Amino acid sequence: MNLRRIGTSLIAPAIGLLISMAVTALILSVIGASVSTVFSSMWTYGTSPRAMSLMVNLATIYFLSALAVSIGFKMNLFNIGVNGQYVLGALAAAVVASNLTFPKVASVSIAILAAMIVGALWAGIAAWLKVARGVSEVISTIMLNFIAIGIISYIIVRTGIGTETSLNVRGTKPIPESGMLRGLAFIDPGTPIYGFFFISIVIGIGYWFLLNRTRFGFDLRATGKSASAARTSGVQSNRMIYLTMLLSGAVAGLVGLPYLLGDTGTYSLQFPTDWGFTGIAIALLGRNNPIGIALGAILWAFLDISSGQLILEGVPREISTIMQGLIVIVVVISYEIVRRYQVKSEQTSVAKALAKQEASV
Amino acid sequence: MNSNALAVELTGIWKRFPGVVANSDINLKVTSGTVHAIVGENGAGKSTLMKILYGMQKADEGTISVNGNGLIFNSPSDAIDAGIGMVHQHFMLADNFTVLENIVLGSEPKNGIRLDFAKARKQISDIAAENGLAVDPDVLVSELGVGDRQRIEILKVLYRGAKILILDEPTAVLVPHEVDELFNTLRDLKQEGYTVIFISHKLDEVLSIADEITVIRQGTTVGSVNPHTQNVSARDLAEMMVGNELPTPESVGDTIQDEVVLKVENLSVFAKGGKATVDNISFQIRAGEILGIAGVEGNGQAEILDALMGIEFATGTVHFKDEDITKKSTRHRRELGIGFIPEDRHRQALMLEAPLWENRMLGHQTRSPNANGIWLTPRSAKADTKRIVEEYDVRTPGIEVLASALSGGNQQKLIVGREMSGEPKLLIAAHPTRGVDVGAQAAIWDHIRHARQSGLAVLLVSADLDELIGLSDSIKVLLRGKFVANADPATVTPQELGTAMTGAGEAA
Repeated sequence: MNLRRIGTSLIAPAIGLLISMAVTALILSVIGASVSTVFSSMWTYGTSPRAMSLMVNLATIYFLSALAVSIGFKMNLFNIGVNGQYVLGALAAAVVASNLTFPKVASVSIAILAAMIVGALWAGIAAWLKVARGVSEVISTIMLNFIAIGIISYIIVRTGIGTETSLNVRGTKPIPESGMLRGLAFIDPGTPIYGFFFISIVIGIGYWFLLNRTRFGFDLRATGKSASAARTSGVQSNRMIYLTMLLSGAVAGLVGLPYLLGDTGTYSLQFPTDWGFTGIAIALLGRNNPIGIALGAILWAFLDISSGQLILEGVPREISTIMQGLIVIVVVISYEIVRRYQVKSEQTSVAKALAKQEASV
Repeated sequence: MNSNALAVELTGIWKRFPGVVANSDINLKVTSGTVHAIVGENGAGKSTLMKILYGMQKADEGTISVNGNGLIFNSPSDAIDAGIGMVHQHFMLADNFTVLENIVLGSEPKNGIRLDFAKARKQISDIAAENGLAVDPDVLVSELGVGDRQRIEILKVLYRGAKILILDEPTAVLVPHEVDELFNTLRDLKQEGYTVIFISHKLDEVLSIADEITVIRQGTTVGSVNPHTQNVSARDLAEMMVGNELPTPESVGDTIQDEVVLKVENLSVFAKGGKATVDNISFQIRAGEILGIAGVEGNGQAEILDALMGIEFATGTVHFKDEDITKKSTRHRRELGIGFIPEDRHRQALMLEAPLWENRMLGHQTRSPNANGIWLTPRSAKADTKRIVEEYDVRTPGIEVLASALSGGNQQKLIVGREMSGEPKLLIAAHPTRGVDVGAQAAIWDHIRHARQSGLAVLLVSADLDELIGLSDSIKVLLRGKFVANADPATVTPQELGTAMTGAGEAA
């Protein structure tokens, strides 16, 4: 029965992928491009060592972002504020790490801690608003995203924390090499894999363990499955909202670190600010399951990286954005269909098994 | 009228759903102008059969004939055309319409393009007068009680010209004196030549009203009896329904100990807007004692239970043994050894889309065998779930299936088994055997009695007055959030309790 459950939950993303490829092919042929050339050149480029390294790095970022979102999703809390939480977290890490001259392990650990604390606190505002004032976390986290961006611009442009890092670009003071986590170039010699790749694997395992093997995880999942039943079972919903939001924010705080510590070494105004939304899409794709999220992150990163190739084929690169959007819609719909089918088929198979038992009595 | 003519005859009805046979070889003969009861356990196939007769579902095999004509029903409107009407268990009335408007809704008499209410009013008052169904046609349905609503449902069916009425569990929502009124109506209808098919599993009621009783077990008709000519008891019927002899309830001994387990003083719960749904009540339960609360649903039972579990905010004080738990969390109360079987199992007691063993943990997730410190212990939780499945006869192929896959009665058995685990000191139970079949019901009662002997205190809320009288050491009657009467289960009858529940008088 478990094997069957896994089987049916793989069907949904497979259908999603196939349908979105078919629709993309249709769009491509409508705009007069050669479908097979486009697909094969995306594939050829996407599987080259350099592209694969870039893909793994980008997927690491997406993975963390989706993980942060899915912690909230597991109890029906919609943390749309990963963007704000990670930019502030990354800024805090950049500021802290640039002022440290400790050995690498200590410096990186402190940077990670700073990012997590700031991310958690920022998410905590939304939790407080929800518990104390009944404000929907969807609204408050979106608003907090804008506020976070505003604060960061102010800090970098108007305070002593920002300096001119390169021509006309202001950012934080560069982190010394001892505070960086550059990583290993084991796929492509010129493109190292972020050191954070390994940390994120550990976090993924920790996420699974926390949810499935601890009382806290049980309370969290129970609240998501039935808030009223969880309350009756003794779960304090307000406490759970705080803890879950803080945890989600803490993980969100890490989203910018693979890039910060593995690449730029400075938080500048050019730091990307929308990885949080990508995380929402990938959390949906991966059904809040760490392995599903990892696969979703890789797929998303593949489409992002290989979209550059579309321009060379004379096709607008937005085609890959369309494809990403299609995948999410189709997969979400087919998950729901598969879920209903699963519930129904389990009911019939239980009835069947019981009928057999009765007959043999 | 030919008194022996058959109003409805079903022969060889089969209905299969994927994996289940709902009806197998059903044969039913309903004589015109009689009340014919169909009894069977939950899940025996009564509802499917009635849906087939009312055209909501199509039989795979078999024939339906009405007044001697073989017919095929593709939809309820075919059945209505053939003179069959259905009074559903859950009323289908628009609250903000008047009685008159509700009755004509969907088949309005027209005068040109105008609604001819005068004609409708005349027709309805004629039907009502003929059958002793007194209703004021101009009252809003929202102002009416359950008994009146049911009469409107019956009028609706009659207005559409039905000669054969199907009533699906009509007494489930009624208090005893309303049941008597309904039965008077049914007798009047019979006099007027109507045929009534009455679905129920309340055997005493069936015996008092029916001219003929057909028993369904596991999807098939196992026999018909005529209570006028044959000497049948409720027990005989129950045995036909279950297919074997019933366990005899063990004699109830006095097991009440001195220790007070639950002491409630001046408990009040207020709804939004300040109205008291529970109004300053006090009571106590000793170890080994079962206190029953009787009352029509919605008189504050759910609020009392939620307040005792710390789910709902309440004023007053609650003591568990020597500890003041008034301000303690739900979790703390559960950890003290308070088991809780809530009224609404889907909303409060289950995670429908989680496997049985995770549902076993719910409410007990901080304790052995489900957890050790902050860690869950799925292996021992699973082993203990298997124990519950066996001891409480939960019919399931395994403990990995989702709770939603089980029938309501089996879900309930799992919940009762869970809440009786870990040697609770106090059990707060609402309708512990609701939806459970006769055999399993007796088993649950035995479990409760057994635990009582070793000192379990029980607060029992139940709509099943026989259960309440059979299990309780004392009974309090709840009306509009207040205790209005005490009853001694040794002497009180369900009728007396029912009267007290509606506030009409004092119980014994």
